[in-house]
Amino acid sequence: MSVLKTVPFDSDPSLAAYAHPQRLVTTEWLAQHKDDAGVIVVESDEDVLLYETGHIPGAIKIDWVLDLNDQVTRDYVDGAGFAKLLSAKGISRDSTVVIYGDKSNWWAAYALWVFTLFGHEDVRLVNGGRAKWIDEGRELTRDTTKLATTNYPVIERNDIPIRAYQATVLKTLGQHPLIDVRSTPEYTGERTHMAEYPQEGVLRGGHIPSAVSVPWSRAAAADGTFKPRTELEKIYFDEAGLAVDSDVIAYCRIGERSSHTWFVLTHLLGLSNVRNYDGSWTEWGNTVRVPVAQGLEPGVIPAAAAKS
Amino acid sequence: MTSPTSMPAGLQEIIDDFASLVGQEKLLLLLEFGENLPALPERYAYHPELLEPVPECQSPVFLITEIDRSSGTPVARLFFTAPLESPTTRGFAGVLREGLDGLPVTEVLAVPADFAMQLPVADVVSPLRMRGLSAMLSRVQRQLTKAMQDDNPAGAH
Repeated sequence: MSVLKTVPFDSDPSLAAYAHPQRLVTTEWLAQHKDDAGVIVVESDEDVLLYETGHIPGAIKIDWVLDLNDQVTRDYVDGAGFAKLLSAKGISRDSTVVIYGDKSNWWAAYALWVFTLFGHEDVRLVNGGRAKWIDEGRELTRDTTKLATTNYPVIERNDIPIRAYQATVLKTLGQHPLIDVRSTPEYTGERTHMAEYPQEGVLRGGHIPSAVSVPWSRAAAADGTFKPRTELEKIYFDEAGLAVDSDVIAYCRIGERSSHTWFVLTHLLGLSNVRNYDGSWTEWGNTVRVPVAQGLEPGVIPAAAAKS
Repeated sequence: MTSPTSMPAGLQEIIDDFASLVGQEKLLLLLEFGENLPALPERYAYHPELLEPVPECQSPVFLITEIDRSSGTPVARLFFTAPLESPTTRGFAGVLREGLDGLPVTEVLAVPADFAMQLPVADVVSPLRMRGLSAMLSRVQRQLTKAMQDDNPAGAH
């Protein structure tokens, strides 16, 4: 499929230093280009009702639970499901999809990662997300956006390059750097032992042995934008020990926060082998006989662990 | 201890209201409940430490209950607070406040634990997010149960 690209990239200097600046746009760019032909603005939030309280004029909503997850199997929608969703939303295969959301784009990054599973070529994040747009006093509306339906093709999902399954993580323990992007109490394991409130959902607390703790939010500045590249390099290269050629797997609780880190490592720092282990702690912490480390140290991989 | 359950008329009405709507209309009704959630009275607004957090909710929500004995029958008062950026959580809090505030404590305690499953919004909110509503209800009921027992330790059966 060859299409004439008419939607320009954002050449704002604040983005230029990142490895793939074409994956980000500024709020100012969005204000200028949101009504351009071929641009579809998508809001993706943790809270399913936030869009209804007011959204960027012309934006549509995609919900991570109801739209992107399969409602029966714990998996993402398949090619037919994705085609049906995007067709109903009015997105074409050659659309420039510009995603923004709440919480420093944590869920927007998750949506972008799912779009990437289907190889949607032009998908971008709004640096700073919903909060920055609002802080700048830009317009919100409650008007319904109704786009003409499209005929998005059925594309087989390609998980291998950017998604890791538990079996792979287990089999390759110690061979690849693991980044745990959850909060420190979740990493150490104390979060499942809160008095009176057993955490439903996960039976064991701690982290995957050898995983280094880098909470996802360290990549975000106070205004929800991504930190400058030099600061990100300090965090992920100098502190966490990654390199641009590292083969990294990131995980969190269900794979949302680690999508944010996946975006940072892949598109802002230019690592070409980053996978998101979306099963994450809600899978690992419930699995019988997998190794678990507790406390602040990455921990030791038991000799027998990699032999299943 | 088992006690008979029964749905208060006000909550049943809310269930029926949601059941009469489809899709997006349900979301807008939930949004309205959140927008109608009153601000905390001053005695709690300045004392957030008195409020109980509900960690099962994805968003920070805090609640506290009181028992009003001025009329003879103990009456439940419910107070919630949640950020404006969390409209679903505010919506759930608004449903409980609207349906339960001012009812006799015994009626609040009789609300079935599966109320969240009976409120027909899981299709537009996702079953996952309904856990927050269940958690809020169970905390309301637990606080009230404890307050009744503390006041009347001998008759707490």
